[in-house]
Amino acid sequence: MTGTYRDSGRVGRPAEEEDFVDILEERRRSSDLGHAFRTFNPQPYKGAPPSSIAELNKAVLESQYLRYVAKEIAMETGSSEENVRKEAGAILEEMSQNLQLGFIRLMGYTLTKVFKRLFRSIYVNMEGLNMLQQAVQESPVILMPNHRSYLDFLIISYVLFTYDIPVPVIAAGIPLAGMKIVGEILRRSGAFFIRRAIGSDKLYWAVLSEYVRTIVRKGFAPVEFYVEGLRSRTLKSLTPKLGMMHMVLEPFFKGEVFDITLVPISISYDRVLEESLLAHELLGVPKPRESTKGLLKASSVLQEDYGCMHVSFGRPLSVRQLCEGKMNRCQYNLIPRDLPQKPTAEAQACVSWLAHLMVRIQEEGFLISPWSLMACVMLQTPTRGLTEEGLLWHQLTEKTLWLRKLALGFGARLNWPGDVPDSDVMSSTLTLHRSIVQRKAGRVYLVQEEKPVRKHPIGPEEGVMRTAAAVLMLASYRNQSMHVFVRPAMLATAILITKSTQRDELLTFFSFLQNVFSTEFIFIPGSSSQDFEEACFLLKKCGAVRISQQEVTVSDGGLEVLEFLQKLLQPFIDSYQLIFRFLCKEGVHVFTEKQLLPAVRSLATKLILSGELQTYEALSSDTQKNVLSALRRLEALTKSRASEQNEYNVNKAVVRRTGDILCGKIPPQMLQATPDARL
Amino acid sequence: MASNSSGGGSDRQRTAQQRLSIIAGHLQRPVDGNPAILAEECKAQESKPDASSEERRVPRRRQEIMKWNGWGYSDSRFLFNKKGQAEFTGKRYRLSGMIIPGLKDWMEGTFGASLQHKAPATPILNSNAIQPPNLHEAFVEELKSTGIPFSHDAEDRVFRAHGHCLHEIFALREGKFGRVPDMVVWPNCHNDVVKIVELACKHNVCLIPYGGGTSVSSALECPHEETRSIVSLDTSQMNRILWIDEKNLTVHVEAGIVGQDLERLLNESGYCTGHEPDSMEFSSLGGWVATRASGMKKNIYGNIEDLVVHIKMVTPRGVIEKSCMGPRMSTGPDVHHFIMGSEGTLGVVTEVTMKIRPMPEYQKYGSVVFPNFEQGVACLREVARQRCAPASIRLMDNEQFKFGHALKPQVSSIFTSFLDGLKKLYITKFKGFDPNRLCVATLLFEGDREKVLQHEKQVYDIAAKFGGLAAGEDNGQRGYMLTFVIAYLRDLGMDYYVIGESFETSVPWDRVLDICRNVKARIVRECKEKGVQFPPLSTCRVTQTYDAGACVYFYFAFNYRGLSDPVHVYEQVEHAAREEILANGGSLSHHHGVGKLRKEWMRDTISNVGMGMLKSVKDYVDPNNIFGNRNLL
Ligand SMILES: Cc1cc2nc3c(=O)[nH]c(=O)nc-3n(C[C@H](O)[C@H](O)[C@H](O)COP(=O)(O)OP(=O)(O)OC[C@H]3O[C@@H](n4cnc5c(N)ncnc54)[C@H](O)[C@@H]3O)c2cc1C
Repeated sequence: MTGTYRDSGRVGRPAEEEDFVDILEERRRSSDLGHAFRTFNPQPYKGAPPSSIAELNKAVLESQYLRYVAKEIAMETGSSEENVRKEAGAILEEMSQNLQLGFIRLMGYTLTKVFKRLFRSIYVNMEGLNMLQQAVQESPVILMPNHRSYLDFLIISYVLFTYDIPVPVIAAGIPLAGMKIVGEILRRSGAFFIRRAIGSDKLYWAVLSEYVRTIVRKGFAPVEFYVEGLRSRTLKSLTPKLGMMHMVLEPFFKGEVFDITLVPISISYDRVLEESLLAHELLGVPKPRESTKGLLKASSVLQEDYGCMHVSFGRPLSVRQLCEGKMNRCQYNLIPRDLPQKPTAEAQACVSWLAHLMVRIQEEGFLISPWSLMACVMLQTPTRGLTEEGLLWHQLTEKTLWLRKLALGFGARLNWPGDVPDSDVMSSTLTLHRSIVQRKAGRVYLVQEEKPVRKHPIGPEEGVMRTAAAVLMLASYRNQSMHVFVRPAMLATAILITKSTQRDELLTFFSFLQNVFSTEFIFIPGSSSQDFEEACFLLKKCGAVRISQQEVTVSDGGLEVLEFLQKLLQPFIDSYQLIFRFLCKEGVHVFTEKQLLPAVRSLATKLILSGELQTYEALSSDTQKNVLSALRRLEALTKSRASEQNEYNVNKAVVRRTGDILCGKIPPQMLQATPDARL
Repeated sequence: MASNSSGGGSDRQRTAQQRLSIIAGHLQRPVDGNPAILAEECKAQESKPDASSEERRVPRRRQEIMKWNGWGYSDSRFLFNKKGQAEFTGKRYRLSGMIIPGLKDWMEGTFGASLQHKAPATPILNSNAIQPPNLHEAFVEELKSTGIPFSHDAEDRVFRAHGHCLHEIFALREGKFGRVPDMVVWPNCHNDVVKIVELACKHNVCLIPYGGGTSVSSALECPHEETRSIVSLDTSQMNRILWIDEKNLTVHVEAGIVGQDLERLLNESGYCTGHEPDSMEFSSLGGWVATRASGMKKNIYGNIEDLVVHIKMVTPRGVIEKSCMGPRMSTGPDVHHFIMGSEGTLGVVTEVTMKIRPMPEYQKYGSVVFPNFEQGVACLREVARQRCAPASIRLMDNEQFKFGHALKPQVSSIFTSFLDGLKKLYITKFKGFDPNRLCVATLLFEGDREKVLQHEKQVYDIAAKFGGLAAGEDNGQRGYMLTFVIAYLRDLGMDYYVIGESFETSVPWDRVLDICRNVKARIVRECKEKGVQFPPLSTCRVTQTYDAGACVYFYFAFNYRGLSDPVHVYEQVEHAAREEILANGGSLSHHHGVGKLRKEWMRDTISNVGMGMLKSVKDYVDPNNIFGNRNLL
């Protein structure tokens, strides 16, 4: 039932028609201090009496759940219960937030200053805010933004403070807490801190989950967390993490609250502050000193123009409604609710489904910038064409406008100013991103990093890396709109690779692609057929295909769309094939992730230099990790149990077969016909 | 009741002896008479009814004293008089003849109902609207020869075609009749039942036992798929106390006796069973056994399963009973538990031996006001933990507190409200209780005087720990008195477009608050979604405490103006509410039973194997489905 969230009435509606308000405008006109000291008097949650932070923490530590776990741990470790509980107290202390209005004000003041310098505007949709204001009074609310930049960390709190809505407590990674003063400020602005890699630390899990559940149960404050878990380095949505999601949902599953409201929030940037840093991280190379210093030296960052930011609050969703028919809550009847209980397969599936759904809704809420469309177009040109020959400006313009139409048809929300001539939009976009592209004499070139001042000339490998950094940046911006195209692109790929017109065969191949790329893109589990239908519908709508009961046929002139879409996907396919190829090489049997990444990278570099590999994206550690998880899903890789450091065994036959299907050597008739079947 | 407890054993025995002789007089036969002989003679008694037993008996023609399309006695009903004030008619109840000034405002305020918008019931039962009986002639012929009275009069049949579910009463008010029994038969004793069951088996006629007709689970509804002749077996004439055993404190009673008669008769001899379901005016001993009923004072006396010592039931396979009256046995699974809760699907309960107790020397009502429901529940939980629950303890939520308030009659010494005078000040001002959050617990203590007072103190001390304030005896008493008139109120509501019902569950302690909140909220949400134009009344009370949990009652009513099919909406909402109950760890039923209304959840409730076990018992005991009311399975 993915249909439920689509009736928000926004699909395909141009962004300008929506009631986006620039919250910086007011700030530029009136006093920042006035804003910081505004009367803050939000309507709180009506379902439970308000409680203090001390009461909250006490409730957590004295919970039957923690007492039980403490006893268990004491038994297992031989330490005293007293000690375990002390330890739990220490964990809670390290973790807990200390939300204080004074710090919210301070935060508000500081952010106003920062935001005004960085951004031209910060747009917020009023309709979403109004709905949120209602929702926080009725049920505990979970705010679920995406995470593309460290700048988003406090933006939600900032907006809610401005509009008199209770500010959230925010799940944050421990590294933030590590920055001494910053950590404390964040804590007092509502952040609570979670260690990375909690893994098997039972006590830690217990404290964290009880802490989160108690906040939700009491409706202490809205809870904000990143369901993607991390900041996405590729600007693409990440496969959601389920731990936190499960924690926030459990109070509903167990009937401790009547309902929980999920609010997906889509934050889109014209230009991401960390763009270059992210690309370098993906390549595993240190950022050139110059820019690192730049990032540290706020003054230089503050000089730059980062365009606009859009914060779009999605329609509040009732977990109760979403879970209807998906979750039998009676499963909690036979064990006391405050004892640890392993979630059932049903509960896990439901949580995973919901988490994926939220990410999909975030995606649908993104505002797509002209720049992202330009990136899509530019990446269709061979890299050499971008670095050396340059792309004709008018060609780029034409194709981008063509793509704009396609994207609108596919239901994208575009951030394309309507009151300015298209050519001006294009030009100013180019200016905003002059760190990546430059226009010279009617041609557009990819900007490469300045050569470091060094005596030796740089070697060819180093050159590849320099180009790669620019390409990956460009790819990230392309990724901002991949969710719009990915389903039709997969169908286009299926059509072009299988050369079949049979719906069932195309569906089989489509499902295969989804299976292979399900770490790369967000697909809601179990919705393969719906996704396929959607892809058919969209390709038909833009006139690329004709559809009958049994067949999907390419229409006259449809090839342009199909080929464009296939090419969008090509870098991914090529990167996957490269790694498949590497794994099938002789001598590769057992390896660790640490060994694999550099080896693949050096193979890719070699092939790029020889001209055999077109895409630089194979160099990205993100792509490589995604391939590994795809192969594990396909059971082509198995983790050897004994090893500490993620050692894998390769099943070469499966890898080879996967590669063969992907390039069309094995026709879809040979695959199982059922949509979500394993290979 | 006089408090001559100091008199010692012999004194007490003498009083009891006197009482016994009085009872004996009522029964018109020696108390130590042989029950077997008694049963044989049951015809003779039928022909010459004595005055006193006539007085207490439920007549064969129920229509003589009861409503055909509403609750209770014909002479008792709520109405709005010419001045627009609510009034309760008749003389039977304490509230009878009184004006209830607050009720109108409450109804208008709570439901948006208005005296201008009336939805009157069809005034008379139109016999022509009832399908002609489908009689099995051979069966009728043979039955005639036994001399057991029977009837196929339309009114008699309609009376036995329903219980008191909302949809049943609503249809009657509209003058709509579904499948009704084809005839009614009134056995007078166990042996009559044996004969009837034999004949039914011989002629393949469907039998539906009928006790007091107070079922709220569609248990009495005739299955529409039933094509055989349906005979309602009305037990109401089997209503004698056959003997009282003072040595073992037991009583042997025919199963058709209704609660109020049983208690009254026993009281006359100084005893009681203490089993007091809210429906005790009309519900029967056999019905209690068949539904696993629960009485208000179970904390002292136990529920029906604790009270029963011996049961006799006539089944198509013959009579089932145990060979002795040992107080507990280890003889395999207790066959009584196949009978209790069988809901008329296996046979007819004809005679029951029950425990009795000397009547309590002293009774005292009480009430406690809590600042909020959470505190109230915490207090009840603590009372249960300390195992010091009074005979009855019930916790009403804020809406019910207000409702109780609205039912305050105009003038009466016992009807002073605690919101009056000083106390009002105390509660709303000094203590800072929020009148929109506070809730009230009503209490009933029983026993000897000293112990009651001690017990009372213990309970009030606990209550004080949870912020509870003693709020007087009157409130408590009024609360309990109202339980008997509340059922009449639904009819008044229906006169003004308000429909509603109550349903119950049992749930572990830790879930009580959650289930109350969630079910109430679910009801409100469902009403909204189903297009109910006015906010519904959605309230609850905790009515029983146990070691491991509590019994919770939900009351749900709404103004249905503007809805084309209000009963359907009602049923959808109740269905959703039950789903919510189950999802929150509540049981399918604490005491109302399953009937046909809650059948769909039985399998999930007792597992496949459990269903198989019940089914195999049914298949063995009643292979031809003579007891074909299709309840439970
Ligand atoms: C206002 C009101 C208040 C109520 N309060 C309570 C309460 O406090 N506690 C409680 O437990 N219940 C309560 N009930 C429910 C109802 O009163 C009980 O289920 C009661 O036990 C039914 O008894 P009855 O004699 O009226 O049986 P009926 O309604 O006549 O029959 C109920 C079922 O039992 C079967 N049955 C009846 N007699 C026999 C018999 N002799 N042998 C075999 N099967 C038989 C019938 O076939 C039917 O399936 C209440 C109902 C109402 C309307």
